[in-house]
Amino acid sequence: MKMALLDVKDLSIHFGGVKAVQNVSFSIDAGIVYAVIGPNGAGKTTLFNLITGVYKPTAGEIRLDGEAIHGKSPNELAVRGVARTFQNLQICLNMSAIENVMVGAHLRLDRNLVKAALRFPGLKKRDAELRAEAAELMRFVGLEQFIEARADSMPYGALKRLEIARALAMKPRLIFLDEPAAGLNPKETIEVDHLVRKIADSGVTVVLVEHDMKMVMNLSDRILVLDYGKKLAEGTGAEVRQNPDVIAAYLGAHA
Amino acid sequence: MKKSVFTGLYILIAILIVLPFVIPNAFYMDLAIRMAINAVIVLGLNLLIGFAGQISLGHAGFLGIGAYASAVLPTHFGWHPLLAMGAGAAATGLLAALVARPIFKLKGHYLAMATLGLGIIINIAIRNEAQWTGGPDGMPVPSLGLFGFDLTSDKHWYWVVALLLSISVWASLNLIDSPFGRALRALHGSEVASQVVGVDIVRYKVAIFVLSAVFASLMGSVTAHYVGFVTPNLADFFHSIELVTMVVIGGMASVYGSIVGAVLLTALPQALATFEGWETVAFGAILMLCMIFMPKGLVPTLAAKFGKGE
Repeated sequence: MKMALLDVKDLSIHFGGVKAVQNVSFSIDAGIVYAVIGPNGAGKTTLFNLITGVYKPTAGEIRLDGEAIHGKSPNELAVRGVARTFQNLQICLNMSAIENVMVGAHLRLDRNLVKAALRFPGLKKRDAELRAEAAELMRFVGLEQFIEARADSMPYGALKRLEIARALAMKPRLIFLDEPAAGLNPKETIEVDHLVRKIADSGVTVVLVEHDMKMVMNLSDRILVLDYGKKLAEGTGAEVRQNPDVIAAYLGAHA
Repeated sequence: MKKSVFTGLYILIAILIVLPFVIPNAFYMDLAIRMAINAVIVLGLNLLIGFAGQISLGHAGFLGIGAYASAVLPTHFGWHPLLAMGAGAAATGLLAALVARPIFKLKGHYLAMATLGLGIIINIAIRNEAQWTGGPDGMPVPSLGLFGFDLTSDKHWYWVVALLLSISVWASLNLIDSPFGRALRALHGSEVASQVVGVDIVRYKVAIFVLSAVFASLMGSVTAHYVGFVTPNLADFFHSIELVTMVVIGGMASVYGSIVGAVLLTALPQALATFEGWETVAFGAILMLCMIFMPKGLVPTLAAKFGKGE
């Protein structure tokens, strides 16, 4: 049997008495677009925070390529090619837009303090290449007009894409996008839709939390539905759409 | 960053070269040297506070370790002053690392509290170990011999300090615009974002804290040799606060702001001396007005006003 890229088994986290995620299991094959949906408060972002190491699970296991990664810190996961964006923006507003993207390449650079302070030529050369690479990524996500901008002067929609560019600068294997289209107008939403497609086509496995159903149905190979921290259903778009539990959760019908 | 960042450095060097020829007397020469020494300390502190977003309220303590290493080791043990300076810096770095590692595992601004306590402990130790340090009265410091050449005249000190300042500015500018510097600024901007791109935030915070403490220790040694006498006041809490104030007034996360802050706050007490008993009040009022009207500090505010941006 082919091993999945990401394998989540009986994952749970409790905050005091609140069981935010309960016994959730699923697996994600390499190269697909996987969506996590569910009503507000279903535990989608918590699930992301668990997998990307921001929270430590109360119970259960997470395996990346067979290696147990639960309990590892986010920077250890970054080494293993896991990238993410945030629902509530986490942009470094004290830096320029392009520097935010350059930070994404942190692990691929020589981070030596002494060499940096003494301005070693090799370091400066690599930085110049990186700047060009970051500008290219900003064009890729549609931010060419902001290449010279400061992050704190950019509009919300652009910052959402700046986060995606920063995540891509890591050259990840697996990217978690937490509501990339939230708060965007319909035109921007379509652009993000195309962008996610392009990312998936470049060979990166995409895991997506999104409320825009059109976008989810359009993009996803498989969908996981959460409700009150529990797995409600999992399958292709068509399967999930016909699942009576899902219809009940979304429409409030008593099935 | 564009080339223009270094224009400030060239202007600084030009000023430093011209200054000794226009300084009217020894009083101003002394003031200029103390300004430059403070500027280097504040630069190191600004890397920690302004760029990495971590607050130290005990930097005068590190200054004190360096100063007293340079006073005690050559006097009582006959060490070479440069060796003593190095030993002070190494001890400071080790102490800073030992304190910082557990502190940075905690979330929040615990470093401020820990360094506050550490600074006070260092000061008490200096005051109490009178047989070594002269206690509250302080002690004389032997002059600094460099390559068979005794540093005694203010002219010579001026050039040494000017060189140190220029190098520090250059190195700081380089550091900020490097992978290391970007990681520091990123963890200030968003800890979680910097972590998910792979920045080991504890390591980076410890590294910059140790670096800025070592900066302070080295400049403490320089101060001790320059003044020729050390007292525990150098290492007291109020001096730590004064250094933080220099960072804030000059401008957080601004290299040139550090220099402006150090220059202004070193000169201000002299300028306010005419107010006699009221100088502290005037000092406080100036700080308050600065914070109300220029919360980002002088240099960033002015830079934004004239549309240049650092």
